[in-house]
Amino acid sequence: MSYLELRDVSKVYGEGAAEVRALHRIDLTVAAGSLVAVMGASGSGKSTLLTIAGSLEDPTSGEVYVEGCPLSSLSRNGKARLRRQSIGYVFQDYNLLAGLSAVENVSLPLELDGVPARKAQAAALESLENFGLKDRASHYPDMLSGGERQRVAIARAVVGNRQLLLADEPSGALDSHNAEAVMRLILASCRRGMAAVVVTHDAQLASWADRVVFLRDGRVVDQTLPAEGPEVILADLGHQ
Amino acid sequence: MSVRHALLALLREGPKYGLQLRQEFEARTGEVWPLNVGQVYTTLQRLERDGLVESDDSTEDESPQKGFRITEEGAAELDNWLRTPPDLSSPPRDELVIKVLVAIELPGVDVHELVQVHRRYLVELMQQWTRLKEDESRFDLNFALVVDAELFRLDSLIRWLDTADGRLKRAALEGDAPAPQPFPLPKARRKLGVKQ
Repeated sequence: MSYLELRDVSKVYGEGAAEVRALHRIDLTVAAGSLVAVMGASGSGKSTLLTIAGSLEDPTSGEVYVEGCPLSSLSRNGKARLRRQSIGYVFQDYNLLAGLSAVENVSLPLELDGVPARKAQAAALESLENFGLKDRASHYPDMLSGGERQRVAIARAVVGNRQLLLADEPSGALDSHNAEAVMRLILASCRRGMAAVVVTHDAQLASWADRVVFLRDGRVVDQTLPAEGPEVILADLGHQ
Repeated sequence: MSVRHALLALLREGPKYGLQLRQEFEARTGEVWPLNVGQVYTTLQRLERDGLVESDDSTEDESPQKGFRITEEGAAELDNWLRTPPDLSSPPRDELVIKVLVAIELPGVDVHELVQVHRRYLVELMQQWTRLKEDESRFDLNFALVVDAELFRLDSLIRWLDTADGRLKRAALEGDAPAPQPFPLPKARRKLGVKQ
């Protein structure tokens, strides 16, 4: 079942001569438990697609469905509640609050949603532990490496009962080892049932996805076929 | 890839049998390059002919239990090979590059669509290799290095396609489509090994 669906979504900024068509008639579905990468050059509309999918921005036309619910039917408060409860965001520059420790950063969205502080802290600690960061819980962002900061950001994005993860170049500032670690965590979250969309220009990052969608000048121009499993590849190499 | 030098490297660790060399070669290369036993023995015969290995004469020639050991000349040859960088000074005749270059001049061909066909294929290949990495318990260090090398190789091709795509788009916007003129520095062309 698709958790996220964009149906005939377009986005236009400006008017007349200043009009910019950022997205043009996008159709995209992301099933629960699957990781979809959106690849494209700078200015292809990747980030706009992500902000519209995450209800941070409204489309000019078309509809976005999250768990079957059309976002246009939600009030402003309804969208804010959906973002707090169901959607996690990961950005290239982490977006951690410098004055809060790792565990406070992770528990913040839960507390903003009304979860009692003690319960939110316990959930945040569990999330950090899942990502191998329990011993960094009391560290502030400037005490963490880039890789650790992004892992905290992912822990924050999946804490609670969130079902949709949206990531914008999540490993753009990291070396290849940490980039791989970040993608492993996102993929592991998908294998536990989350739906995820990662937008990137980086093929190494995109290759972790179950499906790669190619965006060009605001249009979906192509997508990969489902990737074969390791057994097929190893058999092709002459090994069972 | 030099099977000859890979076998010398294995024999540097100590005397080994032909079948043993085949098994160890495949294990060391992440089992990505299967090697048939005939290839192993043919290579060993040539190494022996060149004085780089010696065989155990106490058993029959084609016996799978025939032992081999590296000679001093073989060890020197191996050291020299390890320290000699592969020849990357001349651009290879890359088929993908040639296809794109040819397409630019062909009427009726959408070069961006062509680039996308190749980009998708390469990303699909990368997805397959990355699937192999997903389960870390399945492979050892050697295999991980081989998979990484293949992913970086494919990634570099995709980066070139992305760059070519952007360059062609900008050229079209500027009304400055590349004209079919030869590279104006013949000396540089020769130095780079680009054939006329």
